[in-house]
Amino acid sequence: MIDAYTSQILTFIGINSILALSLYITVLAGQLSVGHAAFMGIGAYTSAMLMTKLGWPFFLSAPAGALMGALFGFCIGLPTLRLKDLYLAIATLAFNIIWVVIVMNIDALGGALGIFNVPRVTNNAIVYVSLGFFLLFFYRLGDSRLGRAFRSIQEDEAAARAMGVNTVYYKVYAFTLGACLAAYAGALYAHFATFISPHDFEVDRSIEILLFVVLGGSQTYIGPVFGAVLLTLAPEILRFLAEYRLLVYGLMFVVIMLLRHEGIIEEHTLSWSRWSRILRRQRHETAP
Amino acid sequence: MLAQQLVNGLTLGSTYALVALGFTLVFGILGMINFAHGEIFMLGAYMALLLVTMGKLSIFWSLLGAMVGTAILGMLIERISFRPLRKVSILAPLISTIGLSIFLRSLAQIVFGAESTRFPVSIKTAFYQLGPFQISLLQIVILAISFGLMGVFQVFIKKTKMGKAMRATSESLYTAGLVGINVNRIIFFSFAVASALGGVAGVLLGLNFNAVSPLMGKMVGLKGLTIIILGGMGNITGAMVGGLFLGFVEVLSVGYLTSSYRDAVAFALMFLVLLIKPTGLFGRVVK
Repeated sequence: MIDAYTSQILTFIGINSILALSLYITVLAGQLSVGHAAFMGIGAYTSAMLMTKLGWPFFLSAPAGALMGALFGFCIGLPTLRLKDLYLAIATLAFNIIWVVIVMNIDALGGALGIFNVPRVTNNAIVYVSLGFFLLFFYRLGDSRLGRAFRSIQEDEAAARAMGVNTVYYKVYAFTLGACLAAYAGALYAHFATFISPHDFEVDRSIEILLFVVLGGSQTYIGPVFGAVLLTLAPEILRFLAEYRLLVYGLMFVVIMLLRHEGIIEEHTLSWSRWSRILRRQRHETAP
Repeated sequence: MLAQQLVNGLTLGSTYALVALGFTLVFGILGMINFAHGEIFMLGAYMALLLVTMGKLSIFWSLLGAMVGTAILGMLIERISFRPLRKVSILAPLISTIGLSIFLRSLAQIVFGAESTRFPVSIKTAFYQLGPFQISLLQIVILAISFGLMGVFQVFIKKTKMGKAMRATSESLYTAGLVGINVNRIIFFSFAVASALGGVAGVLLGLNFNAVSPLMGKMVGLKGLTIIILGGMGNITGAMVGGLFLGFVEVLSVGYLTSSYRDAVAFALMFLVLLIKPTGLFGRVVK
């Protein structure tokens, strides 16, 4: 049907979309995490170890990986509650770095070399069914109590608390959920790449995930997915740039911040009423 | 052995202190972090290297040249990442500087290659014995320059009019503007000073380890961040003491623990401080 190369790109787009959504959910509750790659790594390593060392099947090891991620998310989210903005970002960054160093030093997990021969189970069906499920979740989240609680915290935490929103509960909830999702994506990644090492989950990866959300748009759930699609395709399209790829990548952050700091897809980009208004206006202008 | 480690720690720490000063200056005034500071540090080292190898200048003049070069770079970064974005959101400049750091790092890798280069050593390796401490001429020079600069900076910030203006702006940007301080000019100048300090630190560290590589900025930048969190963001004394402290801790941890945990130690410390006393050991400058 489709060749292996295209199929691979599609898989990465799917996994990156899930990763982007995992960061988006913490952003939604007003928390910026620059350490999501560590949660991804936790899911990847857990699932890989369970399959290779204990022979667990995928449909058990992947959720186990996700749960492990959730556990770590909870453990990190709880003490970092009172950190805001920059401090939280730096704390999660520190967690990412520490995690990588620790895993590199644990020989049982393969040390710096990582784990080989992870069974390849992930295929596009699994990835996209999962992604579809998560998109549905986000679609329903918008108007739900949970979603509104998150949004209120993002807008103004003090006001939310004054209105009776249990900010502690919801912040930890969002963080845990984000970590859980990232870990699931990590498990998907591990069983696709068949080889994982601590270097796959360094701060660079966290920043990459951050870029999906920042570039794509952090105001709706479509934004991060769009960012993930764009940025996964970009290296393939820009392949001719070879070693200049990172230059363009870095410059992209700068330019996007200058031109459109909310991201490409912002709140009203996909609004039906806005587009229909524009189309109606155009139709009137072309009429005699 | 321990005595030797202390000297090494002091030398390393003094360069870290200079980097941290740069971070803390910017944070003190703007409340934001320049993530590209590590790359300014790295480029400072390369500027000095180029001046020494191609310009055939002495280390002294190359150091000055690097200072000027990085100051200019810092001012450019202020124009690109901070001035247009600082009113927009707190995180936009942050993300812009993350992008700049990636850009500058890959630029350096393309231009200079990814391997590390050595400084053609022109400071003779002479060792002096001071009681139980053995110290090399190079270390004396590094210590002299760093502490000298820190001293000059302290005097500048406390005694001069410009220094007073900078302190005022860090206390309150808005009020400083009200009393007639040209806030934009002060910010511009602070960036220049912060970056110049970072550039010098880069040269000194490059001399200390006799290695300059495009990737040296990344870790040091992150460590600079941990230092200012340890010492209190915006706090000048905190940055200097924190830098020295980290230098000691790192050297000692390499000597007495396994060296692979060296980087983790700094970040673990930072994580702990963030959890226990986020304002840092010396307290944050109230914004």
